[in-house]
Amino acid sequence: MTPLLSARSIAKFYGTRIGCTDVSFDLYPGEVLGIVGESGSGKSTLLNCLAGHLAPDTGEILFDTRTDGPRDTLRMSEAERRMLSRTDWAFVHQNPRDGLRMGVSAGGNVGERLMAVGARHYGNIRAEATDWLGRVEITDDRLDDRPSDFSGGMQQRLQIARNLVTGPRLVFMDEPTGGLDVSVQARLLDLLRGLVREMGLSAIIVTHDLAVVRLLAHRLMVMKSGHVVEQGLTDQVLDDPQHAYTQLLVSSILQV
Amino acid sequence: MSDYNFAYLDEQTKRMIRRALLKAVAVPGYQVPFASREMPMPYGWGTGGVQVTAACLTPDDTLKVIDQGADDTTNAVSIRKFFEKTAQVATTEQTRAASVIQTRHRIPEEPLTADQILVYQVPIPEPLRFLEPRETETRRMHALEEYGLMHVKLYEDIARHGHIATSYAYPVKVEGRYVMDPSPIPKFDNPKLETAALQLFGAGREQRIYAIPPHTRVVSLDFEDHPFEASKADHPCDLCGARHTYLDEVITDDAGGRMFVCSDTDYCAQRRAEGHRGRLSPQEDAA
Repeated sequence: MTPLLSARSIAKFYGTRIGCTDVSFDLYPGEVLGIVGESGSGKSTLLNCLAGHLAPDTGEILFDTRTDGPRDTLRMSEAERRMLSRTDWAFVHQNPRDGLRMGVSAGGNVGERLMAVGARHYGNIRAEATDWLGRVEITDDRLDDRPSDFSGGMQQRLQIARNLVTGPRLVFMDEPTGGLDVSVQARLLDLLRGLVREMGLSAIIVTHDLAVVRLLAHRLMVMKSGHVVEQGLTDQVLDDPQHAYTQLLVSSILQV
Repeated sequence: MSDYNFAYLDEQTKRMIRRALLKAVAVPGYQVPFASREMPMPYGWGTGGVQVTAACLTPDDTLKVIDQGADDTTNAVSIRKFFEKTAQVATTEQTRAASVIQTRHRIPEEPLTADQILVYQVPIPEPLRFLEPRETETRRMHALEEYGLMHVKLYEDIARHGHIATSYAYPVKVEGRYVMDPSPIPKFDNPKLETAALQLFGAGREQRIYAIPPHTRVVSLDFEDHPFEASKADHPCDLCGARHTYLDEVITDDAGGRMFVCSDTDYCAQRRAEGHRGRLSPQEDAA
């Protein structure tokens, strides 16, 4: 089986400081990869490099495109890369305000990606938007409300609907549950887990919350100071941490 | 005799503007940056249009200036006087007699011909501006032909009002490539953007020039189930009786009285001279 995404020795430096360095991994279709680490460990830098928001200094990122098979996304033209990020990729930001258009209704937010890939039938776009709002548990009477009238949890769910509407194969998530209270977090995780299973999505989730990766991720990568210090199956890494930093991370969780 | 260089601007400036115009004509709908000059009028009064007109004028030209269709409003009168003084060109109020027409927010009712140039005054040339405030981003969107956002605006219109409520500055796609703001003309005028005349757009404050060459395909954006409609007030003109022209609504008293008149004053006057009459026409010739 060809990996959906494979990263080969990705490195990104900010001047002489290390953003992340020597990161390699394969992500297979349907697999969820978690990236954990403390603040400043380079996990967001890595995610942004993978998603094409930042240009890494070295390395290559091969994505298995629908038409041409594996291609290096860093060598693609910008038009191709942006097309990819509208269709096969999705990016869920930590702060929904970064991923949503706050002045545009919920329906318009969901419909934007459809219109960006050429949908020109209002009725169909609206039906699709209604369907997706339903799938993320937002009732259809909120279809024409602006995201600024939504609660934080609803905004995050709307952002997810907006991203998944074009049926992407790979989702990048940057701390999708950050800033939400625990009960809302639990529901969001439940929803995400359902969607990932149902649509057979592959996902890369960056978080510092070990509970999130425990629930969602199949495999785990632990980062510290820009380096990957440990990677493996989630349960294996969390239950039998080998590296000192991972042991510290796992033992830092408060048991209630 | 005046001490101004012909048409106010110096020759180097006019060359610079003409170069931008050539590029604009070569790439229809593309916004060409140009080094807009300070003009002796405030921004928003047509500084872009005036510079384009100045760069196009020759001593043999006949100039017509319209403001919202009218020849006799402040903006039209002052710009006409400006060129009478600085270029000593002939001026006219008749669409047919003009070779260069500078316009603000209207296209004349009378069909234009191949030997005419229509110059638009443009306040905000970027159709995506209110959807995406970053100029770097909108330029990239134009370059990569990412126009989904434009339809988001139309979607919002329908979601909120039940129909596309954008009634002026209605976005168009030029020659199947660039999405363009046709300046704040009513959408009634959009079909007239496909014409035999050369159309030039100048935005002074925003320092952009763009163009639609003659007989270029101009398509107003819409949805399959909500097609574009060139709408106007559903009345005949109260002075000339025309049913096919764009109308201004004029409040006549404080008791709800109103009249509808052609916004194109020259066209309306011509029709009245030909004997057409409307509801409120003076009745002196009835006797």
